[in-house]
Amino acid sequence: MISREQRTPFSEWWWTVDRVLLAAVIALMLGGVILSLAASPPVATRIGLDPFHFFNRHVMFLLPSFIVLIAVSFLSPLQIRRSALIVFAISVALILATLLIGPEVKGSRRWITLLGVNIQASESAKPAFVVLAAWLFSESARRPEMPATSMALALLMTLVSLLVLEPDFGQTMLILMVWGALFFIAGMRIIWALGLAGISAGGLFAAYLFVPHVAGRIKRFMNPASGDTFQVDTAMEAFSNGGWFGLGPGEGIAKRSLPDSHTDFVFAVGAEEFGIILCLALLALFAFIVIRTLSRAYASEDMFSRFASSGLAILFGIQAAINMSVNLQLIPAKGMTLPFISYGGSSMVSLAYGVGMMLALTRQRPRTEIDSLGNADAARGFA
Amino acid sequence: MTDQIVPLAGHHVPWRQRLIRSLLYGKDVDRNVKARARVGFAMVAFAAIYGVIAFRLVTLAVVGDSHGTRRTASQDYVATARPDIVDRNGEILATDVKVPSLFSEPRRIIDKDEAIELLTATLPDLDTPEVRERLSSKKGFAWLKREISPQQQQDIHKLGIPGIGFLRENKRVYPAGPAVSHLIGLVNIDNQGIAGLEKWLDTNGLADLHRAGFASDRLQKPVELAVDLRVEHALRDELIKAKDKYKAKAASGLVSNVNTGEIVAMVSLPDFDPNNPREVNDPDRINRLTTGVYEMGSTFKTLTLAMALDSGKANLNTLYDARGALHYGKFAIHDTHPLGRSITLSEVFTFSSNVGAARVALAQGVEAHKAFLKKVGQLDRLRTELPESASPIVPKRWVDLNTITIAFGHGIAVAPLQAVMGINAMINGGYLIPPTFLKRSQEEAREAGKRVVKKETSDKIRYLMRLNAEVGTAKQADLLSKGYYIGGKTGTSEKVVGGRYSKKQVLNSFTAILPADNPQFQVLVMLDEPKALPETHGFITSGWNAVPAGGKVIARIAPLLGIEPRFDLPPSDRLILAASKGSQ
Repeated sequence: MISREQRTPFSEWWWTVDRVLLAAVIALMLGGVILSLAASPPVATRIGLDPFHFFNRHVMFLLPSFIVLIAVSFLSPLQIRRSALIVFAISVALILATLLIGPEVKGSRRWITLLGVNIQASESAKPAFVVLAAWLFSESARRPEMPATSMALALLMTLVSLLVLEPDFGQTMLILMVWGALFFIAGMRIIWALGLAGISAGGLFAAYLFVPHVAGRIKRFMNPASGDTFQVDTAMEAFSNGGWFGLGPGEGIAKRSLPDSHTDFVFAVGAEEFGIILCLALLALFAFIVIRTLSRAYASEDMFSRFASSGLAILFGIQAAINMSVNLQLIPAKGMTLPFISYGGSSMVSLAYGVGMMLALTRQRPRTEIDSLGNADAARGFA
Repeated sequence: MTDQIVPLAGHHVPWRQRLIRSLLYGKDVDRNVKARARVGFAMVAFAAIYGVIAFRLVTLAVVGDSHGTRRTASQDYVATARPDIVDRNGEILATDVKVPSLFSEPRRIIDKDEAIELLTATLPDLDTPEVRERLSSKKGFAWLKREISPQQQQDIHKLGIPGIGFLRENKRVYPAGPAVSHLIGLVNIDNQGIAGLEKWLDTNGLADLHRAGFASDRLQKPVELAVDLRVEHALRDELIKAKDKYKAKAASGLVSNVNTGEIVAMVSLPDFDPNNPREVNDPDRINRLTTGVYEMGSTFKTLTLAMALDSGKANLNTLYDARGALHYGKFAIHDTHPLGRSITLSEVFTFSSNVGAARVALAQGVEAHKAFLKKVGQLDRLRTELPESASPIVPKRWVDLNTITIAFGHGIAVAPLQAVMGINAMINGGYLIPPTFLKRSQEEAREAGKRVVKKETSDKIRYLMRLNAEVGTAKQADLLSKGYYIGGKTGTSEKVVGGRYSKKQVLNSFTAILPADNPQFQVLVMLDEPKALPETHGFITSGWNAVPAGGKVIARIAPLLGIEPRFDLPPSDRLILAASKGSQ
C-alpha cells in the first residue's frame, strides 16, 4: 500500500487522482482490446493483411497510450496549459504539413506519415484546443482586461478553417460543439446560446444544400429507401441478431460485411457477438466517465480546471454519443470513432492525452495550492 | 478565492471591452455560480443523451429476442419423430435415424456466388439454378438439401460459408427395404406418412401429436405389426423366382392367420424400396392385394360350394349335371376338361367344373347367392389399416347370368385380400374375421369376428381343399410341401383384353391352407400373365405355375410358422371327414 506519510510525487498522485475514474478508463481500454479481437480480423483479411494485424497494432498502441495517460495525469494545471500550447502548435504545424504533402485518401487529406506511423494531426489538436479554449474562457472571467473571448474565437477559427480545408466535417462539427459548450459553460447569455444554436442549424442546412454527400446522408436517414443504407442496416441487424446475450464470440456475421467494422461500427459488432448487455456496460462506462468528470468539474474551485475538465469530458462524451447514435441509427451516418474501443492507432495516444489531462485536472488539490496558483498566475500576468 | 478575484473586473477596463463582456455574458453576474450551474446542466444533458441511447439498446434487445421466428420454424421439422415399427418378433421394420440437413439463411450470406460455387462443388447433385433462387430470396430460412451424410456435413462445414447451417432431422429408415414396402408405405421428406401403415400412424393420432409438439423423441412406443419378417422374406424370395421363371407381369402373395385375421406376410411384386422411393408412383407397382381388384376365378367356387353346403340343401354327394355346356340365352358355359356326366359336389371342386359350380349356385337362387356373398364381405369395400383400398366391382343388375359366372369367379372383381378373408371364414370354423396388419390375439379376433357359416360346412370345405391336394389341381403343391398336409384351390381367370376374355392372358391364383385338418394359415399366391414353358407342356393354367410356386412357398415358410411336418397321415376322407362326423 502506498503510504500517506511520505510525500513522494507518486504517493501524492495516488491519493489525489480520481482512482475510480482511472479504473473506468482502464476498463474501457480492456473492452477495446476484446472488441478489437472480435471486429478487426475480418477487415484485415479483407484487405489482404495478417488477420491479427489491426489487433496487434491496437495492443501495441495501448502501451504508449497508457504511459501518456499516466504521465499527463501527473501534470499540474500550469504544466497542462503549457504542454497544451506546445501540442496545439505542433498539431497545427502537422495539419498544415498534411494539407501540403499528405496523400489524398477518399477525397480528403487527413493523414501524414511520420517515422513510419500514420498520424491524424487533427486528433491531437482536439484535446489541446479544448484546454486552450478553456484557459481563454477562464481568463475572460478572471481578467476582464484581456480580450480572451475574441482570442478564443480566433483559436476556433484557426482550427476550424484548417479542418475544413482537409476537409473533415466530422471533426469540425465536434470542435464547434465543444467550443460552443465551453462558451456556454463560461457564462454566455442564453440569447447567444439560442443564437449559436440557430447558426449551427443554419450551417447544417447550408451543408445540406451545398455539400452533396451530407445531403445524401441526411436524406437516407430520413427516408432509408432513397439510397444505399447497407452499413446502418447491417448494423441494426447486428443488434437484433445479438439480442440480450449475443451470438457468442466469433459468431457474428455483420463484421464480415461492414467495411468499418473495426472502427465506426465496432459497437454493433460487439452487440452481435457479446449482446446488448455488453453495449449497456460500455455505455455505462462512458456515461460514468463523462458525468464523473463533470461532477468533479462542478465541485472544482479553479475556473481553468473546471472549464478544461468539463470541456475534455464533453469532447469525449459527444464523440462517444455520436458514434453510438450512428450505430443505433438515431442520427444520420457520420464517421466518428468510439473512444478507446475503435481501432485508431495514433488517435488512441491523443485520446490518452486528453483523458490524462482530464485525470490531472480532476485531482483533488488543497485550496491553498489553487489560490497560490491563481495568484502566481495573476502576478505573472501583471508582471 | 475565485469570487474574490471576480470584482477585479471593473474600473480600469476599457468601456468597449466592458460592453462586449456584458453583451456576451450579461451584466453584473457571478460567473462562477453561473458556470457551476451550467456544468450541472451539461451533466443533465449527457445523462439524457445516454439515457436515450440506453433506451434504444434495450428496445433492440427486446425486439431481437422476440423475432426468433427462424428458430420456431426449424423446430417444427425436428419434432417430427415417429415411433419405430417392428414385426411380430420385434425386428425393426422402420425407425428414425438422426441425420443433418443443410439449410441457409439467405439474408446472412455475404457472397452468394462463392457460396453457390462451393456448395455445388461439394454436393454435385444440387441443382445450381434452384440453389441460386433459394439463396437470392429474402427469406430468413431456406432448405438447401435435406438429409445429407455426415461426410457431406463435414465437407460443407469445412468450407466455412457464413449463413449456412445444419439441423438434425429425423430420417425414416427401413432396414428391411423393399420386403415390406407395400405394407409399411413410406414418409415424405418432412417425416409425414404418405402411404401404407406410415400414413395410418399419422391419421391415428401421430399427426395430432406432431402438431402439439409432443412427438419429439423416443418416448413413443413401437408399433407392433402382425407381419413376420422371416416369412415375408421367404415369400418374397419365392415370388421373385416364380415371377422370373414364368415371366409373369406381376406376382403377389399373402400369408394370413386364419384364426386371428393377422396378415403375417404380404408381398406384391413389382415393389419399391421405401428408402429410395423413386418408383413409388409407377402404376405398375400398386399393391395388387389391396388396391387392385380382380376376377378371382375358380377360387370363388369355394364360396359357392360353401353356400350350398351351409344351406343344407346340398351335401358332398349331391349330383349336378355336367354333361355338356351350360346354355343361358346366347351364352354357353364350358368346362376346361368336360367330363360328360353328372358329377358330385366334391367333383365340382376337384375337377374345378364351371358348369357344375354354376348349377350349384343356380340351385340356390340369385338372391341367396347375393346375400351369401354380402355376408362373407365380398360385395363391400374392405377397409384395413392400410389407407390403400379398392371397392369390388359388382354387377349393377344381378340376374341368373351373373350368378352363373360369379359362381366360378367371373363377373365380379374383388381385392384379393377380400377373397382371402372370405376363404378364411370357410375354413376356420365359420368366422368372418376382418384382416389386420397389427398384432392381434385370438380373443380379440373372436370379438371382431362373426359367424357366417356352420362349423360342419367349414369342415367339409377343409376336406374338399385337402382332397384337391390329394387328387385334384393342387397335387403339385402337396408334393413340394410334403408333411404339411396342405389343402388348396386353384384359380385361373381369363383376363379381359379388348372387351373379350383372353385365352392367353390369365391371372392365376393358388389358395392353400395348412394344415388342412386344423388350418392355421392361408397362403395365397397370384401370378399375373405367366407364360407357357416347355416344362409346363405349354399350359398356363394355375396348376402348372401358381401351384408349384405356392408349394415352394409353403415348404419354406411352414417351419418358420411353427408347423411341424407329419408323415404317414391318413387321407382326407378319414382324417377330416370322419373326425367331423364323429364330433357330430
